[in-house]
Amino acid sequence: MKKSHIIGIIVIALAIGIIMSSAGDASTYVSFGEAIERAESGNDTKVHVVGRLKKDAQGHIVGMNYDPLVDPNYFTFTLVDTNRVEQQVVYFNPKPQDFERSEQVVITGSMQKNVFVADKILLKCPSKYVEKEVQQNTASL
Amino acid sequence: MINTLIGDIGHASVIVAFVAAIVSSYAYFMASRTKAGAADNSWRNMARGAFYVHAAAVLLVIFALFNIIYEHRYEYYYAWSHSSNHLPVYYMISCFWEGQEGSFLLWIFWHVMLGVALINGGRKNKEWEAPVMAMFSFVQLFLTSMILGVVIGDLKIGSSPFILMRDFMPDAPVFAMDPNFVPQDGTGLNPLLQNYWMVIHPPTLFLGFAATLVPFAFAMAALWKGKFVEWVKPALPWALFAAVVLGVGTVMGAYWAYETLNFGGYWNWDPVENAVYIPWLVLVGGIHTMIAYRRGKQGLKASYILVIASFILILYATFLTRSGILGNASVHSFTDLGLSGQLFAYLAAFAVLAVGLLVYRWKRIPTTEKELSTYNGEFWVFIGAAVLCLAGFQVLATTSIPVYNSFLGFIGIESNAALPADQIEHYTKFQLWAGVGIAILSGIGQLLWWSKGEKTRNTFIDAIMLPGMLTLLFASLIIVLSKMGMLSETIDNPVYITLLVAALFAVFANLSIILNLIHKKVTLSGGAVSHIGIALMLIGILFSSGYSNIISQNTSGMVYSREFPDDINRDNVLLWRNTPVDMDKYTVSYHGQFQEVDGVPEYVNKELLFPTMDPYKAIARGDIKVGDKVYFKTGDTLDLESPENTYYQVLYKEREGDDEFTLYPRAQVNPNMGLLASPDIKHFADKDLYSHVSSVPDPNEEKDWGDLQEFDVAAGDTIILNDYVAVFNGIERIDQVPGVVLAEGDVAVQADLKIMGERKDYHAHPVLMIKDQMMGRVPEEVADLGLRITFMNIDTQNNRFKIGVNATQKDYIILKAMEKPFVNILWIGTIVMSIGFVMAIVRRKREGGTPRPAAPKKTREVQTA
Repeated sequence: MKKSHIIGIIVIALAIGIIMSSAGDASTYVSFGEAIERAESGNDTKVHVVGRLKKDAQGHIVGMNYDPLVDPNYFTFTLVDTNRVEQQVVYFNPKPQDFERSEQVVITGSMQKNVFVADKILLKCPSKYVEKEVQQNTASL
Repeated sequence: MINTLIGDIGHASVIVAFVAAIVSSYAYFMASRTKAGAADNSWRNMARGAFYVHAAAVLLVIFALFNIIYEHRYEYYYAWSHSSNHLPVYYMISCFWEGQEGSFLLWIFWHVMLGVALINGGRKNKEWEAPVMAMFSFVQLFLTSMILGVVIGDLKIGSSPFILMRDFMPDAPVFAMDPNFVPQDGTGLNPLLQNYWMVIHPPTLFLGFAATLVPFAFAMAALWKGKFVEWVKPALPWALFAAVVLGVGTVMGAYWAYETLNFGGYWNWDPVENAVYIPWLVLVGGIHTMIAYRRGKQGLKASYILVIASFILILYATFLTRSGILGNASVHSFTDLGLSGQLFAYLAAFAVLAVGLLVYRWKRIPTTEKELSTYNGEFWVFIGAAVLCLAGFQVLATTSIPVYNSFLGFIGIESNAALPADQIEHYTKFQLWAGVGIAILSGIGQLLWWSKGEKTRNTFIDAIMLPGMLTLLFASLIIVLSKMGMLSETIDNPVYITLLVAALFAVFANLSIILNLIHKKVTLSGGAVSHIGIALMLIGILFSSGYSNIISQNTSGMVYSREFPDDINRDNVLLWRNTPVDMDKYTVSYHGQFQEVDGVPEYVNKELLFPTMDPYKAIARGDIKVGDKVYFKTGDTLDLESPENTYYQVLYKEREGDDEFTLYPRAQVNPNMGLLASPDIKHFADKDLYSHVSSVPDPNEEKDWGDLQEFDVAAGDTIILNDYVAVFNGIERIDQVPGVVLAEGDVAVQADLKIMGERKDYHAHPVLMIKDQMMGRVPEEVADLGLRITFMNIDTQNNRFKIGVNATQKDYIILKAMEKPFVNILWIGTIVMSIGFVMAIVRRKREGGTPRPAAPKKTREVQTA
């Protein structure tokens, strides 16, 4: 057997190993229901949850609390996932500033006891990069 | 008045460029079918002509788009959405390529430049021009189609940068009322991009993107024309050029992220970053196999595969970042312009073409049956290339997860796979070992490559002895020093120690090569120099990332009564204005908000700036001076450079020691994007101290002033304002009030209050005036103390005055600070690497470009010497 063949086999083996390991590290998008099930079965791997902020009839956000004067590293809010399940989420970091304006929120983390502890928040804002409207003040000429 | 002419010129030029690219690629295709040396040059001349027409049209497109931006022609959507009236010229350049269309243009432009260089530079080997340029024109055809902006029925081809506002948003009511409406101002450049790196990073990166086409085009031309071995020589300097430009461009982006974004580092394994890193790794692997082929006549097939793969991966990167497929995974991918089909066609066309041609010709690519010995440099070069490719493959496999999802969804299988929750940990796990492998292989490979005489075990041991000993010596020295606490970090993680040893070995092994080559021919040491650069980069990354240390952990000793007693990192501290807090070895205090003023070399305290109706103008409340030099006098009108940016003055003072410095982390509360915080970095020789604000009170929210408290005072009285002692010194008549024009008969007086604060005394001058028989008051805010003082009334009979005071919560910021040890080594390593690459380009260009038959022989002698 030629040396290059042996090396080729090793490279392929490593590549397969990389694929297996990447698949193992890959996270999943789940609902809160599934996140709770995972936590109950002792699985503490981190998951992604996609949801929207809980709002009342007037469109005000409810269940959100951040008081930097008490604790700048504690932010909590209520997220409603795609199955309309509500869940309290805690984020041990300052509140992202444009949080209220977000259209959709993706959080990464896991359930701990009865709250979801997020370590990453990704916001999708309605017009983050593409402006869709001419603002009134520029239009009133 | 709407200027449609310039847009029509631009759009017409795009169409001309597109058509010329078709003509040029067809003509070059035909030209390359004529026999080399044939007298008939008509196809080639036509193709050249078409390419020059294409080039001229592209320049005209760029001129038109830049003119639209430069002249503030907001009737065009591109100018309106990317530029604004106050943007300085150098940022107009960056808003040129902020949009997708502009960045395509940039890419097209570099291809044009490279194409012209190839047409004119390759006079000696004419036979390459036609097939290589056919490939160039073919690529240009696809790229110009991306900005074509032609709609046929439901089929949209390209997105034009010359679209008018009224056509972009025909439903906006304003255009129903007045179709010729032109907005007064644009929405401006994304503030994160208002950074000098953003002026030079994209063009550099796109030049790198464009340059990968050159070796690819040579490889394809070689397969096509059956000149399977000759292409390596002219393609190698171009491959080196592409790799260095792409590498430098990527590091520039990393440095921009480090300096401007607040994610706390220079590399975040964001899909958009990965998308450039993967082709770079593969291209560098390809360079190594090409170099090995140049010497040992082995590895030609590998060179084909890697050079082709690097270009296909560039296209894949383009597809990933521009199709919107990463929308859920990345914060900075472009939004979908509806071009994903077109982008996919571009990717698929070249992938099928290249792979098909390679498979078709595979059997005819010459190989040698000679087995490489383990003591042969080439052998280790191949292993190194394999490690580079595996590293790239790992990043590719993970970054493509959203693509698998889309693909599975496309064929009807639901998949909910997401990127790893902790991406940094995931990638580091592999890349760290790839780094170890590359460092060791670059040392061993170089030692064997340049070793003299017979390649045996003994010569290898001779060569490795000295660098090996130096490595162990230095590594133990560093570890012992760190254990003794001489360095700021204790190095005891065995994985990190392995990487450190490997990188040090790479440095010393390559250093010994350079020392040997200095006597012979120093120009040959490009490889060794760039390997040292890579090794230094690895060391820099190891320390700055592996030992990055958040120093702003809350040390207030507050007991948290929240749900979790866990080891949650509480990484931010709250700083009240003027109240010092202990943080790590520093006492840190926040002292107010500052702004940039045109013509003043330092930031100016906002308290000295009286705002006017125009946000870009302010009136000086007092003399503005730096040191002893007075830049502006009270009442002068000042130009603010960027009123949306506020700089928060943070004073760091060593508790044990005299070191004291001030940082100005920047923040901007942007109506569209929320808080944009940029760090300020204090550079030390052995580390960077990196601070940014995580949160500030919303400046757009009205301050919550407490109830008005009134004081009836006479000159000389002392009062207590919100726990501060204040002395009322009396009143004086003034001639001018900032922001108010006083007419004849108007009277203005100001009160003078001296308030004793914690750190210094403040003078408040609230103004009371009678203008047009109306009483007006200009209250004064002392933001440091959270006080607003109003001069309410004068009782002229009794010489008594009424002062009103409101108090509010004091200003604060939430700060995050971290140390990045030895991050400088990373930047130094990048520069060293680039120098090495440039040396290699010069050398390979010299031997590749010279037609003298003697030249290759001569260099081969030196190489094997």
